[in-house]
Amino acid sequence: MIELTAQTIPFYILAVIAVISALAVVSLKNLVHSVLFLALFFFCMAGFYILLKAEFLAAVQIFVYVGGITVLFLFLIMLTFKVADKRLRQTNEQWLIAFVMVILFGWLLVTGLSETNWEIAEWSGPEKTIPVIGKLLLTTYIFPFEVVSVVLLAALIGAIVIARK
Amino acid sequence: MDLSHYLTLSAIIFSIGLYGVLTRRNALAILLSIELMLNSVNINLVAFSHFVTPALLTGQIFVIFTITIAAAEAAVGLAIINSIYRSAKTVNCDEINLMKG
Repeated sequence: MIELTAQTIPFYILAVIAVISALAVVSLKNLVHSVLFLALFFFCMAGFYILLKAEFLAAVQIFVYVGGITVLFLFLIMLTFKVADKRLRQTNEQWLIAFVMVILFGWLLVTGLSETNWEIAEWSGPEKTIPVIGKLLLTTYIFPFEVVSVVLLAALIGAIVIARK
Repeated sequence: MDLSHYLTLSAIIFSIGLYGVLTRRNALAILLSIELMLNSVNINLVAFSHFVTPALLTGQIFVIFTITIAAAEAAVGLAIINSIYRSAKTVNCDEINLMKG
């Protein structure tokens, strides 16, 4: 059924690592371990981007997520929480209901998208994506680009104001 | 590999992240699960861009915006958690009931 191409084996290896690390993120008791598995998960996502010929996004993923967000999370854990205290209960009482609902939701998603007919096009993308992305960001998508910069500035100031004593 | 593999993987990761959001007590762990969900959507966007409209790169552009918003969300969310910890001395969501009348 599954035709064996050069991408099959890397895809399945990355998929297994990604799903296992995602499960570890939501189930481990020690939050530092959760964050480290989240970093592993982000690396897997960068691998998928490379498989999908989006090299620029893979680099951005590693810079922003692994280099930025993960370190930010680790900082906050070190600053605030009693990490060593493993007696703390980490899940609430509704975990069984949530588990059943999530299984149903995932089943709904997977059946829905496996029965949909996607219009697959032949691969005809540009050989180098970075020049095209740069040109698109400064021509067609210039307005969202500027808005996103304002959002970043607002988030920067907001984070400083909220976190200040 | 075709599109449905990537979409199935993304659905599985999204469900795992949803489970984390619904069951975790710690606000920071909820933020971690939200990051999982955001990343699964990013995979969707890049896969659609690669398989359906490969020449336009629209999905990749939108993933750049999503990553930016996710970074902003993480920064503001962590600042809020920090300030809640200072005032309420806890970050467990079921113990924060200041507005519960």
